[in-house]
Amino acid sequence: MSPLIGAHVTSATRVVPRGRKPQELLPTGAPLTLVDADGRTVPSAGLAMPGDEALLALHRKMVLARRFDTQATALTRQGRLAVYPSARGQEAGEVGAVLALRPQDWLFPTYRDTMAVVCRGLDPVEVLSLLRGDWHCGYDPYEYRVAPQCTPLATNTLHAVGVAHAAKLKGEDTVALVMLGDGATSEGDTHAALNFAAVWQAPVVFFVQNNGYAISVPLSKQTAAPSLAHKGVGYGVPAMLVDGNDAAAVYAAVRGAVASGAEGGGPTLIEALTYRIEAHTNADDATRYRDQAEVDGWLARDPLARLRKHLTARGLLDEPAVAALEAEAEAEAAALRQRVNADIAHDPADLFRHVYAEQTPDLRWQQQELSAELAAAADDPEAAR
Amino acid sequence: MTAIAERSPGPLMTTPEVTMATALNQALADALTEDETVLVFGEDVGPLGGVFRVTDGLAARFGDTRVFDTPLAESGIVGTAIGMAMNGLRPVVEMQFDAFAYPAFEQITSHLAKLRNRTRGRVALPVVIRIPYGGGIGGVEHHCDSSEAYYAHTPGLRVVTPATPGDAYALLRQAIECPDPVIFLEPKRRYWSKQATVLEHAGTTLDRAIVRRPGSDVTLIAYGGTLGTALEAADAAEEEGRSLEVIDLRSLSPFDDETVTASVRRTGRAIVVHEASRFCGYGAEVAARLSEQCFHYLEAPVLRVAGFDIPYPPPHLEEYHLPSVDRILDAVDRLQWQETRPAVKAGG
Repeated sequence: MSPLIGAHVTSATRVVPRGRKPQELLPTGAPLTLVDADGRTVPSAGLAMPGDEALLALHRKMVLARRFDTQATALTRQGRLAVYPSARGQEAGEVGAVLALRPQDWLFPTYRDTMAVVCRGLDPVEVLSLLRGDWHCGYDPYEYRVAPQCTPLATNTLHAVGVAHAAKLKGEDTVALVMLGDGATSEGDTHAALNFAAVWQAPVVFFVQNNGYAISVPLSKQTAAPSLAHKGVGYGVPAMLVDGNDAAAVYAAVRGAVASGAEGGGPTLIEALTYRIEAHTNADDATRYRDQAEVDGWLARDPLARLRKHLTARGLLDEPAVAALEAEAEAEAAALRQRVNADIAHDPADLFRHVYAEQTPDLRWQQQELSAELAAAADDPEAAR
Repeated sequence: MTAIAERSPGPLMTTPEVTMATALNQALADALTEDETVLVFGEDVGPLGGVFRVTDGLAARFGDTRVFDTPLAESGIVGTAIGMAMNGLRPVVEMQFDAFAYPAFEQITSHLAKLRNRTRGRVALPVVIRIPYGGGIGGVEHHCDSSEAYYAHTPGLRVVTPATPGDAYALLRQAIECPDPVIFLEPKRRYWSKQATVLEHAGTTLDRAIVRRPGSDVTLIAYGGTLGTALEAADAAEEEGRSLEVIDLRSLSPFDDETVTASVRRTGRAIVVHEASRFCGYGAEVAARLSEQCFHYLEAPVLRVAGFDIPYPPPHLEEYHLPSVDRILDAVDRLQWQETRPAVKAGG
């Protein structure tokens, strides 16, 4: 390793600049918005409207992400996926946050962030390995710097802080963005991660998608804080509250937080206000804990329709372009269907691989035991029953 | 290895005595010197040098970017160590006391132990978690747990515990070089026990037990804090005419069947000694393995001399809880010496 560890910082434990006033850390009262629900531009202090190209990229990726999401839900009904936690309605957060990252940055997604992982460029079939039940993580985390999708809530916040702190010690220009939901902010690891990141001034973006529910539990039973973004001030972490259905605002906020982290400004907490249109997963029944009227209200604030209106009004998008994009999304979905419908041959010997760097004698023996049993069953199928 | 070579005794010098704490400190210093990706962090490990002084002087010598105090949160310490290992570093972290490691349990069992397997070998986590464990130091509650079974039960973790200063050095160096996560359990009542030894780690492997004292009648299987007690018991038994072999397991996971079964097949009798509670304790695994692999060689059931199935007692009562020489000798007496031996020994 060429750069000397630690030579790039004067102290691993440098504390937050004490000069920062609480007001500088607090979020705005109303969520930061660049494009309102009707697609109109909102002049907003502190956030710069992304350029046309960035807006078109956001729109394109949101179309692809939504089609991917509905396709994945459909695959659960056909038994091709064991389970799928949909993020429909959250496309602005899923896509906006990912497009704001640079190639050298890390993404730490949860199980609900499959759209985000695919948006980062990973092969969707490799990504769906977890939810198909083929293997826990089907992709190489180092290829696109995407950690395995994390199921135990908030635990990955600390991994993001560790990766970012190591990058800082090694003198790498790398920021880590960790995704979490409103429920995960109640976990102890979120508290520890915000605190460690602040004390170390680690370049981390805590991207909280507040979609209103932790499975069935509404935000009102999750916290008494004025907003989740308000939690930042207690740690000395600057926070932003953004309209999570406004892709332009999410993108601009995350870009700003990434730039701040890269410039030595430490961590940022972003709360994106959004809504989970579908139930928790295909196995959940959302009618037991929320009204359709509430869902309908959020459908009227759809993030994709909003950006499309905005781009159309500005003459950046027309019907033929949208039709072409939708055809592209349809083709991707068809390809995905076809690939996921193909059965994968599983090798039971895989069970015993990669538990340790080298297989232990116990595992060698257990693998032999299983393969002998399977061989006997193959030789004499009747006796095996 | 320069640091060690300089300290090696010359031909006219006697081998210096070192404590386990000093040996661990030297292991960390040598690892920090040889591999710049090694980091040491935890609670009070910086200027204070750790509550047991195992990291004494390291922050001053290596700087506070490589040896540093963290906020007080064990889950935070292990969780960030996982991220640092993902990004190419080799963290060696300290949990201040056994029972204070429990907040990190989720990070250890759900992530540290599983990430290599979850990613099909793409993400390795060479993290060492040092945990002072066990009793015998007059510690108040929550300072004396023997939590090895929790970790040994978790696939993906290596669990190691030294009983001597020489092993403390060698095993910690091996643990830091190991590509797997290692739970490194330090028997705190042995921190200040001395041994005349040259500190070196070449030739030691992380997963082998060692026969500390040869014998022919009974195999005593001990580790960490109970090794010394087992050796004392063997001395006392010798006076009574019984020859006890004492094995120091060193590696609790993986288990060294070869060394242990070879001994038990010779002696025909075995006792496992540990401080942890007996029920579902580590001794149960040892007894099960011996019954699976040495059944026809055994002259008596495998016995366990262990802590009682109670929360760790207060300091003034711990002497009754900890395995003692007398309890080990009583167990030896119960190994069915008067029963008729089987006419034909299977396998012999």
